[in-house]
Amino acid sequence: MADQVLDAKGLNCPLPIIKTKKMLKDVPVGATLEVLATDPGSVADFAAFCRTTGNEMVEQSQDGAVYRFLIRRAA
Amino acid sequence: MSPQGDGAGSANAPKSMTIIVTKGSLDWAYPPFILGTTAAAMGVDVTMFFTFYGLPLLLKKLDLQVTPLGNPAMKMPMMGMHMVMPNIVGMIPGVDAVASKMMKNMIAKKGVASIEELREMAVDADVNMIACQMTMDLFEYKLEDMIGGIKLGGAATYMENALKSDINLYI
Repeated sequence: MADQVLDAKGLNCPLPIIKTKKMLKDVPVGATLEVLATDPGSVADFAAFCRTTGNEMVEQSQDGAVYRFLIRRAA
Repeated sequence: MSPQGDGAGSANAPKSMTIIVTKGSLDWAYPPFILGTTAAAMGVDVTMFFTFYGLPLLLKKLDLQVTPLGNPAMKMPMMGMHMVMPNIVGMIPGVDAVASKMMKNMIAKKGVASIEELREMAVDADVNMIACQMTMDLFEYKLEDMIGGIKLGGAATYMENALKSDINLYI
């Protein structure tokens, strides 16, 4: 289970990423944030976001039209 | 370890980017604000320099418009297809207002942020926003007409930022 959840469903680029970054600030280092999104572009964008910022993409899955990303906050 | 104050940013040394914002129509306002806010979210130090027609994007009250005139690439989804407005129709008074309203409706319906929202996010993310002093004088804008948190500067101010940045964009 994720420590915190961000529902970014229905939001388009770049809102899911920006809201994620905002919420990650309040996630303790080492804890996880689960993001739910419906933007198909978020699959590539969240991977790029994690590679660039050093936060870890722990898990990624898709349930119908909803994409789920589990991100662990880096130091 | 992270150079960013909040610790959720870049894992390496902070990168930086500048954007020269020269256009202030509803469509052209998107690329600089989308890239600026996203870069800031990815731990990049961002400077946006607002000049000429980009300067009014810093006004407190925004009323952005888009024009189909002379824009053959502006194909709007309509009745199940994509329609281009002939220039002669685009010239009719009131058509810009209708086109702007249509685009704002589409923006809201598709979950795309408004420019007002993106600009607020840029301010929240400490994006360095510089209003071109020369343009302020030229088009007679006053600092009190602009949103708070911006700085005034000129070409040398921009150049100082650009020379030490990893990415410099002109939009």
